Amino acid sequence: MKKTWWKILASVLVVYTAIAGLLLGVPRLAILNETIRNLYFHVPMWFAMIVLFSISVFYSIKSLSTKSEIDDIKAVESVNAGIIFGLLGLVTGAIWAKYTWGQFWSFDPKQNFAAISVLLYFAYLILRNAIDEEQKRAKISAIYNIFAFPMMVVLLFVLPRLKDSLHPGNGGNPGFNSYDLDSRMRMVFYPACLGWILIGYWVYTIRFRIRSIENKQQHN
Amino acid sequence: MKKILFSLILMMATLQLFAQDNGVEMADTLRNNGKIYVVVICIVIILLGLLAYLFSIDKRLKKIEKESNTGK
Repeated sequence: MKKTWWKILASVLVVYTAIAGLLLGVPRLAILNETIRNLYFHVPMWFAMIVLFSISVFYSIKSLSTKSEIDDIKAVESVNAGIIFGLLGLVTGAIWAKYTWGQFWSFDPKQNFAAISVLLYFAYLILRNAIDEEQKRAKISAIYNIFAFPMMVVLLFVLPRLKDSLHPGNGGNPGFNSYDLDSRMRMVFYPACLGWILIGYWVYTIRFRIRSIENKQQHN
Repeated sequence: MKKILFSLILMMATLQLFAQDNGVEMADTLRNNGKIYVVVICIVIILLGLLAYLFSIDKRLKKIEKESNTGK
């Protein structure tokens, strides 16, 4: 993925969502009104986060068998990039909630669990910083990450569905079905997700490359 | 000038009437008189700026990578 074509693709997709997301038609729903367009911006943040955390857990598992430092750095840097998207998702979600549900934080199950899953990954970073010895740090944090990832999946996709939630798609329904019925929204929503996932991956590769140069300088 | 302004105001007044499709309030007037494009332009400029910045970071990083590989 050293080529630039996918970076350009990501840029085009993200700019396209900003234009099409604000100008194309959306279903007219009460309470939501125009804020339904937030679906194109708030939800892709979470998808980008989940993809980055998946990359992280992949390299954590790999680093346990290869014991390679590069895999370990890849795991940390993708968590670092993923957390940014998680925080952006929380903040945009809170703002959206203020104008549709009435409060920034209404202790909605999904809101709470999303915050907890971001905290889980903060704990991962703190755990890493607490251990000085490199190999021990790589091993312990990889194992922690392998536990944190399914926890995050359960917190975001399983537990909120068992409770009554203000978020759409909870109480048994999958995903964002209520909006997704509209094919006009799909035309923007899917490109938005792909675009932001690619941007997230791009940020991760930049972080990884900086880190590996720093590492090289340290060893010299 | 006055005539144009007057007709514009009249047009905007009628636009609001058209906007009420099914009683749900949407930002129709804003889009019809063109002002939503101002917001779109701002967002696109911000995005383009940030993306250009990302590309420039990427470019600089490539240069540093090349230097650190040859400098061994």
